[in-house]
Amino acid sequence: MIALILKRLVATAFVMAFVAFFVFGLLHLAPGDPAAVIAGDIATKEDIERIRATLGLDLPFHTQFLNWLGAIMQGDLGTSIFSGRPVSELILQRVEPTLALTTTTILLSVVVAIPLGIAAAWRAGSWIDRTMMGFAVLGFSVPVFVFAYLLIMVFAAQLKLVPVMGYVSPFKDLGGFLRAIALPTVALGVTYVALIARITRASMLEAINQDYIRTAHAKGLGIVPILFRHALRNASVPIVTTVGIGIALLIGGVVVTESVFAIPGLGRLTADSILRRDYPIVQGVILIFSGIYVLINLTIDIIYILVDPRIRY
Amino acid sequence: MAIDTSAPSAGAMARVGQAMRWLRRHPTVLAGLVILLTVTLMAVFAPLFTIYDPQRLDPLQRLKPPSAEHWFGTDQLGRDVFARTVYGSRVSLIVGFTVAAFACIVGLVIGLVSGFIRVLDPVVMRIMDGLMAIPAILLAIAIVGITRSSIWAVVIAVTIPEVPRVVRLVRAIVLTLREQLFVDAAVSLGAKLPRILFVHVMPNTMAPLIVQATYVCASAIIIEAILSFLGAGTPPAIPSWGNMMAEGRTYVLVGWWLLLFPGLLLSLVVLAVNLLGDGLRETLDPRLRRSTNNE
Repeated sequence: MIALILKRLVATAFVMAFVAFFVFGLLHLAPGDPAAVIAGDIATKEDIERIRATLGLDLPFHTQFLNWLGAIMQGDLGTSIFSGRPVSELILQRVEPTLALTTTTILLSVVVAIPLGIAAAWRAGSWIDRTMMGFAVLGFSVPVFVFAYLLIMVFAAQLKLVPVMGYVSPFKDLGGFLRAIALPTVALGVTYVALIARITRASMLEAINQDYIRTAHAKGLGIVPILFRHALRNASVPIVTTVGIGIALLIGGVVVTESVFAIPGLGRLTADSILRRDYPIVQGVILIFSGIYVLINLTIDIIYILVDPRIRY
Repeated sequence: MAIDTSAPSAGAMARVGQAMRWLRRHPTVLAGLVILLTVTLMAVFAPLFTIYDPQRLDPLQRLKPPSAEHWFGTDQLGRDVFARTVYGSRVSLIVGFTVAAFACIVGLVIGLVSGFIRVLDPVVMRIMDGLMAIPAILLAIAIVGITRSSIWAVVIAVTIPEVPRVVRLVRAIVLTLREQLFVDAAVSLGAKLPRILFVHVMPNTMAPLIVQATYVCASAIIIEAILSFLGAGTPPAIPSWGNMMAEGRTYVLVGWWLLLFPGLLLSLVVLAVNLLGDGLRETLDPRLRRSTNNE
């Protein structure tokens, strides 16, 4: 078991090393000379050279990469070209709205999607099932920003139930936070709900056809304990895996959703930084998002190894 | 002579008839095909569908709601939204189809090689895991960022995040095929590796690969639209559904038509591709029939 976990940890380290190398390589290839940007318009050639030397940009590629990697290990993600402030500081300022949005989305999606998937599997082939599967295909097909604007048009512009955009911190005004976060949560959650509902249906279908479910029926157990206690528990591995894998999807959606609803989070920071060609920030955010994704999936895998003795990679 | 020419066409007729019957039993696939064909015709023959030039400005006709004259209304510069929506289909379809083709070809070759050559497999798969760890949209944005904005930069940027998914699919199939008797037979007959891979193994990956291609296409269309929407996609001079919505977003409260029509078309096309994919999967790929995930 410990060997298995170690193997998984080594693989994860390789994956992160590749991500870091790839992201650094991309920045290196990016057009524009950061030294010239920082030096400004009136700088002389010597000024630019001096800044280049202080930034270590005159060193060979592999030395630069190792220096950069060393700095990252100490939590230093570099300096924003646009504002001149440390990237880690800019990112920390933006964490709260993103964390709030993803948390509400994951909670809402899981609470909505799993019962939907169970109902569809329980009544496979019925109208409940077909409607659910139809909505799932729609959920995969309507891009997050299109759905977001549909929601804004109906619930904010026409019905005026919620604000059009903006963000309120839950620590300042919980009611305001809930009203502001409602539409972004639904918009971001749709694809995620579709993903989880489909996998729940598929793995529940598999579980429902097993002998122990027939036994549970035979001993007169009600449908609710059968579905939730017996079937769902055995169907849970692919569902939890999909919830984890789906977080990559969610992160991509966050960039778009925050941009639509003007939420000052990490996604908005990324979108703004792309337009300003502020690569250190883009690089930092990609690294952090990928790191979170890899960590979540590593955690899920390790929990499985600990909990389910059948799992062998 | 008469028999020679009629025999294959009779076979072809039978096959068309078979396809028609199959389509009648799968109305959602038929709907998807009809939508996709209509939009493709619209993209190819765009000038025949509208009398307006998508770039022509008309300062007197700014932000007019849909009317008999301007079916989808006009935008903030007085351009005809219907014309721009029609021309905008070109970017989405080009990106969707070329990315699906590129990603499947590249993914197929890497997957075949990685699945068959044990030494390469762990290295290739860790690289693929690394690429998959970076959210597709961020990866695409980062790649577009280092190139000049053009439709080909977008195609490459959207292809790279899609490749690992194809590789994993192909490799998983190759791993099971490698243990099969017909591969052993080919090896013991002295067949060389390329022959085994491309003649014996590759044909068996085709059915799931075609299904995967439709999902790659749908995802590519969405990612392109998101890139354009965020201002990291095709140059603003070329109308695309994504950049139309980006330009219209400021007017969400006063000009709903600027956002609604390109958004609806975009969703409709992706839906059509997904319906086609689901139908093909059900028929072509019994192995995948029970799983419902895209992965």
